[in-house]
Amino acid sequence: MAVHMAGDLIEEVVVQMLREAVTSLPQDVVDALRRAEEGETSEVARSQLRTILENIDAAGRLAVPMCQDTGVHVFYVTGPVDAGVERSIRSGVARATEEIPLRPNAVHPLTRENPGTNVAVGLPHVVHYPTDDEFLELTVLPKGAGSENMTALAMLTPADGIDGIKRFVLDTVVKAGGRPCPPTIVGVGIGGTSDLAVSMAKESLLRPLDVPNIDPALDAMEKQLTEALNLTGIGPMGLGGRTTVLGVRISTAYCHTASLPVAVNLQCWAARRATARIYPDGRVRFGRSPFDP
Amino acid sequence: MILKAPLSEDDVRSLKLGQQVYIDGPLFIGRDEVHMRALERRREGKLLPVDMEDGILYHCGPIVTRDAKGWKVIAAGPTTSARMNALEPDFISEFGIRAIIGKGGMSRPTVDAMREHGCVYLAFTGGAAVLAAQGIARVRGVEWLDMGMPEALWIVEAKHFGPLIVAIDAHGNSLYEKVEGEVRKNLTEAMRRSGL
Repeated sequence: MAVHMAGDLIEEVVVQMLREAVTSLPQDVVDALRRAEEGETSEVARSQLRTILENIDAAGRLAVPMCQDTGVHVFYVTGPVDAGVERSIRSGVARATEEIPLRPNAVHPLTRENPGTNVAVGLPHVVHYPTDDEFLELTVLPKGAGSENMTALAMLTPADGIDGIKRFVLDTVVKAGGRPCPPTIVGVGIGGTSDLAVSMAKESLLRPLDVPNIDPALDAMEKQLTEALNLTGIGPMGLGGRTTVLGVRISTAYCHTASLPVAVNLQCWAARRATARIYPDGRVRFGRSPFDP
Repeated sequence: MILKAPLSEDDVRSLKLGQQVYIDGPLFIGRDEVHMRALERRREGKLLPVDMEDGILYHCGPIVTRDAKGWKVIAAGPTTSARMNALEPDFISEFGIRAIIGKGGMSRPTVDAMREHGCVYLAFTGGAAVLAAQGIARVRGVEWLDMGMPEALWIVEAKHFGPLIVAIDAHGNSLYEKVEGEVRKNLTEAMRRSGL
């Protein structure tokens, strides 16, 4: 039997999650940025990372968004999902836009009209995974446009194989240069259909930087690509340096025997994410990435 | 070094690639829609609501709130300048812009326009929106708010705004092109490391 969560509780949780997400970074990301700053040798690269770290501190101290691009909002929802959940998410986003505040980013694609609430047709984007759990789990990924605009999809052929995948990832990051606010996290979706590859690439960004891929072969590929990408010299903000990426995250799905879809979705250094699990008795557990089942 | 806006041609011609600077004085905040509308108004022979001659253009879409005391800038980091690549050469020459603050760099036609007219590109760290807001003392005014908060033309007063890196100078040099050249050289090693 489906458990119906109180809509106003979900709305309140959404506001809190968004506040946490946009004003502070998960510890794994902060740690990775600190290590990057220590590892840079050029003054320009160090100064970029120093400014980033100072900015993160200031945002936390003042409880304001660390970046003015508070993104558009992608939600991942598991549990007893009904139509009310999405309604509560939408009202939570509108309230958060006013209260935190978030920048009103959602505009009509052609007229560019801005309703001012971040809530409109298609946004926030809510991905539902209905389960038999009694609890509802929400994860939000506020996605800024600088990195999102660098998204790329390649419909490779089976003959292109693993080498083709690696080449495409390298090409995409090199082409993006300084535009996606490096150091970035590189989300890669391999397999599925074209649309699934793109959504896997994005969802793979939810895995913290200190959690290895459970598949040893993919874990090795993530580490190899991370090392390779950091040899390019693009560096923080594309101004040169040793840290171009903080990590690579790969997700896979089976695909058509004649296809090899590969998608890359970049995440800027402001890798903002937050999770909340709401239990039927009203208890809420907050975190920074999806909880283990 | 502190630059005081508005800037003279000599001010910007003397800046060196890689140099760190801060800014005091007025900034014109504008991005995609400001470029499109300003150039359209100019083509129609209409005046703009502000005179940007010798001014500094900041590629940014800020978060701004308003209370009884007026506008307050909450977060105001730079946006990706490359989106303005196609419009920037005209914008620089039409409106006499002396410096552009942004992130990620701009393409060769803009680098050439900067050399020709005497203009520089100053890189601010992308995403460093709270530090940027701390470098803005007050909002002088806003125009074209009908385009939405991120796209409006904001006029603000900078106070020790930075640190900024001179990433494109007024002599045709671009730090981004230098890095791109290095990246091309490094690519062989990067490919080898990834097993290609």
